[in-house]
Amino acid sequence: MISPSLTIKGDAHIGSQLIFKAACLEIPAGGWTCLLGRSGVGKTTILKLIAGLDEHISFTGDISSSDAMPLAGRIALMSQTDNLLPWLSVRGNVMLGSRMRREHGQSDQADALIERVGLTEFSDRKPHTLSGGMRQRVALARTLMEDRPIMLLDEPFSALDAGLRAEMQELAAELFAGKTVLLITHDPAEAARMGDRLYLMTGGGIEDLKAILPQQPKQPQQTVREFDSAEVLAATGSLLSKLREIP
Amino acid sequence: MMKGVLSICLFVIVLLTGWQSLVSGFDLPHYILPSPMRVVTAFTTHFWLILRHATVTFSEVMLGLIFGALLGGMTAIALAASPVIRAVMRPMMVLSQALPVFALAPILTLWLGYGLVPKIIMALLIIYFPVTSSFFDGLMRTPSGMLDMARVMGAKPSAILLHIRIPAGVPGLASGMRLAAVYAPIGAIIGEWVGASEGLGYLMLLANGRAKIDLMFAALFMLVVMTLALHFLVDRLATLAVRRIDPSAAS
Repeated sequence: MISPSLTIKGDAHIGSQLIFKAACLEIPAGGWTCLLGRSGVGKTTILKLIAGLDEHISFTGDISSSDAMPLAGRIALMSQTDNLLPWLSVRGNVMLGSRMRREHGQSDQADALIERVGLTEFSDRKPHTLSGGMRQRVALARTLMEDRPIMLLDEPFSALDAGLRAEMQELAAELFAGKTVLLITHDPAEAARMGDRLYLMTGGGIEDLKAILPQQPKQPQQTVREFDSAEVLAATGSLLSKLREIP
Repeated sequence: MMKGVLSICLFVIVLLTGWQSLVSGFDLPHYILPSPMRVVTAFTTHFWLILRHATVTFSEVMLGLIFGALLGGMTAIALAASPVIRAVMRPMMVLSQALPVFALAPILTLWLGYGLVPKIIMALLIIYFPVTSSFFDGLMRTPSGMLDMARVMGAKPSAILLHIRIPAGVPGLASGMRLAAVYAPIGAIIGEWVGASEGLGYLMLLANGRAKIDLMFAALFMLVVMTLALHFLVDRLATLAVRRIDPSAAS
């Protein structure tokens, strides 16, 4: 499947509360778009709108993809909580989607993905026996198992410690290569490191922060920027001050 | 474990001493309150009689428990699966709770006779609501993140129910069953009081009518033992089930 680009335009309310107004978000095909914002500002609402989980959100506007095809069935979701089912093994969790859709013969693919996230020897273990980082890697494999061109990531690494987070960022960047990714984050360093496009969400709306990103685009073979390069550090700093300017 | 056994032993000793001193201190006649020794004698001499009646009551309780769990479980799943069923059935269920199940016992006996069936139905009715409502709560409390994930995966509501909501609801069902194990004998005994030819409830009324209070106490003792055994059995099974679903949950 070829990954499309996405455009989101419009206003959203939950009840009488305005979430965003006259927003315009462009998510380029096959790249990482970061949506940065403080907690509780409604970042997840955008993600739910795209994912079609929007029964409480009243949205006027348009969500379209470059190939004009419906989005349903082309999206995979990963969130901060790993959402692993505690009664299933690692393999069972990775295969959950195919099992619920009654697809058969996917176990080889599941084993291959478990190997790619480095958990082969744990594939029969239950989630509670794994560390937080390992659990999130299972969630990563489960998301990949869906084999969808669009990835919506809702602060998937924010509960991990800094070292583990950097490691997961690299793994995700490698595994999601070529997919259209929207990453929601409140971490400026993560946004500076991962983003091909960058947006800042505030109570007032959504601002395009193209100028702040490191000027040098990521190379095709280079999936994330070095976290300690001068440019990334400078961008992290400017993003942080931008975040603090928000009343 | 050892501490638990010890405290139970201590409790039994205190109870027996209090009981005996009540009987000797106030010089109570044995047809008002028999001494513990008389009850033990009655229990041993009439052991087979008591056991026969206990078997009847036990079958009533077990069948009521099994059918009540099945019916309550299915109702909870239907309620969780469909908002329409929820809207129709919920007021009915609340209304049915305003009707004391005890009041139904004579009617059930009138319609269904003196056999096992009305007692099983009494036990079933008394546990139906706690089982249904605990399991239903469990089904509705599935973490929303899991449900969102399943919907994005393209799973049908029936598959989500089967693969996520029902397993996630098992702890709710387990706590409903723990209550049910204690309630079900109440239903069966009431059924027997209203009209029966066998069972511990029947035996107690019979002994009472013939002023054999020691036999009545012996039958009561058997009932307590049975209910406790059932409670521990169901509690154990419920704990095992919950641990299987969520091994990290403290039991």
